[in-house]
Amino acid sequence: MTDAAFDPAAPLTASGNLRRRRAFSRLTEFGATAAALFAVGVLAIVIYTVLVHGASALSFEFLVTGAPTGIAPELVGTALIVAVATVIAMPLGVLAALFLTEFATPRMVRLSKLTLDLINGLPSIIIGVFIFILLVDHRQQSGFAGSVALAIIMLPLIARGAQEVLLLVPGNLREGADALGVSRWRTVLTVILPSALGGILTATVLAVARAAGETAPLILVSSVFDGKEVLLDMSHAIPNVPVRIFTLSEEGSPEGIAQAWGMSLVLIALILLASLGARAMHARSLRKMSS
Amino acid sequence: MSAATSATGPSQVAQQARSGQRRKQFDRLADGLLFGVCAFAALLGLVLILAIGYQVVVGAEPAISAFGLGFLVETTWQPNFGVFGAGSLLFGTIVSSFAALAIGAPIAISIGLYLSLLAPAGVRGVIGPLVEMLAAIPSVILGFWGILILAPFVQGTLEPWLHDRLGFIPIFGAPQTTGASVFTASLILTIMVVPIIASISRDLFLAVPRDVQDGASALGATRWEVVRGVVLPSTASGVVAASLLGLGRALGEAIAVTQVIGAGAAINASLFQTGDTLASRIASQLPGAITEMHKAALFYLGVILLVIGLVSNLCAQWIGSRFDYGRMATK
Repeated sequence: MTDAAFDPAAPLTASGNLRRRRAFSRLTEFGATAAALFAVGVLAIVIYTVLVHGASALSFEFLVTGAPTGIAPELVGTALIVAVATVIAMPLGVLAALFLTEFATPRMVRLSKLTLDLINGLPSIIIGVFIFILLVDHRQQSGFAGSVALAIIMLPLIARGAQEVLLLVPGNLREGADALGVSRWRTVLTVILPSALGGILTATVLAVARAAGETAPLILVSSVFDGKEVLLDMSHAIPNVPVRIFTLSEEGSPEGIAQAWGMSLVLIALILLASLGARAMHARSLRKMSS
Repeated sequence: MSAATSATGPSQVAQQARSGQRRKQFDRLADGLLFGVCAFAALLGLVLILAIGYQVVVGAEPAISAFGLGFLVETTWQPNFGVFGAGSLLFGTIVSSFAALAIGAPIAISIGLYLSLLAPAGVRGVIGPLVEMLAAIPSVILGFWGILILAPFVQGTLEPWLHDRLGFIPIFGAPQTTGASVFTASLILTIMVVPIIASISRDLFLAVPRDVQDGASALGATRWEVVRGVVLPSTASGVVAASLLGLGRALGEAIAVTQVIGAGAAINASLFQTGDTLASRIASQLPGAITEMHKAALFYLGVILLVIGLVSNLCAQWIGSRFDYGRMATK
C-alpha cells in the first residue's frame, strides 16, 4: 500500500484482501443457494419416483376392490380412523386454544403451551406405546385405539394453530361485544369463533394431513388385518394405508412392492393436496382478516 | 335487579326484568361452563404427559426391576432367553441421529439463510413452502423410498466412494451387500430434520433487525461477514434450539428407520453396517412380542426414549425462551 503510487485513473476494482473476502462471500452465497436447491431436488426426486412407480399400479379396480387386487379397505379404514380422531381432537383443540387466548393468566398460558409443545415433540411411537398399554395390551387391537392415538398427535397441532388465529381476531370485536353487555360465552360463540373459523379449519386440515400418514402408533394398535374387505367395526383392527405400505415393504414381494407404490402415490397425493389446500385457505383468511 | 324487586311497575316491565334476570343467571352458568370446559381441554395436555409417563414406566416396571440401570449398557438382546439390554440400540439411536444432525443442520441453516437473506421475494414464496412440504411426506413413504431407491444408490455408489477416499477413518468401513445401514438411516433422518430446522432458522434470521445488518454492510462487511458477524451470533441460541428440536425428531423416528437400518444387533464402528435404534426396535418387535418380559423390556426402551425426547424438547424450549428474553432485554 505504502509503496504503490496512487493512480486516480485506475478502475475501481477490488484487489488483494478485499477480492478474497468477496470471493469467499460469493462462495457462501452459492453454497446457501445450492442447499436450498438440494432440498427442493430431494423433494422432486421423491415425488417423481413415487409418481412413476405408483402410476403403473393405479387403476379403477385398484381403488375399489380389496386385497389382493386393490386397496379399498385400507383407504376406507384410514378415512374412518382419521375421521374419528378428528372428531375427538378438534373440539378439544379448539377449546384448549380458547382457554389460552380468552381465559388463561400468563402463567397458565406458558404452562399449557409448554405441555402442548412437549406432546407435539414426543416421538409418535411413544404415543403408540401409551395407547397400546392403555387400550390394546391383554385385549385386542382396535381401530378406536388407533383413532385415540392419532387424536393425541393432532391435539397440539390443532390447538396451536387455532390459538394463532384466535390471537389475530381484532381486540375491538371483543371490546364491542363487552360494551354491549354481551356475556363472555355468547361473545365466544357468536363473534370470536365465527371470525376465526377459516384458520381453525386450516389447522385441522393440516393436522389431518399429518395424522393420515402416521404409521408408528397404528403399527402397534391396528396392524393385524388382511385387507380383503372393508371393515367399519372400530372395536377390531381396521385396515389402513400406512401400515399396509409398511408391511408390504417389509415383505418385499414384487406384487406387494407395486401395490405399495400405488398406495404411496394415493396417500402422498391426498396429503399434499390437503396441505396445499390448507395453505391457500390460510392465505385467503389472512387477507380477509387484514382487509 | 332493582327493577325486578320493585313490584310497583307495570307487569310487563316486571316480566321483562325477570326474564332478564333468568338470562343473566343462565349467562353466568354458561360462562362458568365454558370456562370449565376450556380449562379442562387446556389441562388435558398436562394430564396426557403425566399419564403417558406413568403408564409407560408402570408397563416397564418388570424389566426395570429385573435389569436395573445395567440395561442401558448391556448389549445382548435375546427375547428367547429372556436377556435384554439397550446398549447397542442406544448406540444406534445416538449415532444415526447425530449423523443426521451433522449432515442436516448445516444444510438446513444454509437454507434458512438463503430464504431469509438471499432469495428474491418471488423465489422465497416458492422454495419456502416446497421445503416445508418435505416435512409433510409421511415417514413410511420416505422409508419405503429409502429402501428401494436410496439404499441401492448409497450401497453401490456413495459408500464405495466414501470408503475409497476416507476409508482410513473407521466410520467409513467397507460397504455391505445390502443397502440397509446406519448411514442410509441417517440420510433418511436428514431429509426429515432439514425442513424442521430450516423453517425455524429462517424465522429467526428474518427477525434480526435490518438496520444492524445494514450498519455492518456500511462498515464494509461482505454479505458473508454480515452473516458471520451479526446474523449468526445474535441468533445462535435459537439455532441451537432448532437443531435440538430436529434432533428430537430424529431420535424418535421409528418407521422409516426400521425400514432402512437393517435391524442389526451388534455395535459397529462403521456407519455402513446395519444397526438398530430404540424406536425402531419397539416398532418392529412390540406387535409380535408374546412374553411379558419381552413387552416390559420394549416398554423400558420406551421409557428411555421418552426421557431423551422430553429432555431434548425441554432444552430446546428453555434455550428458545432465553433467546426471547435476551432479545427483549436488548430492545
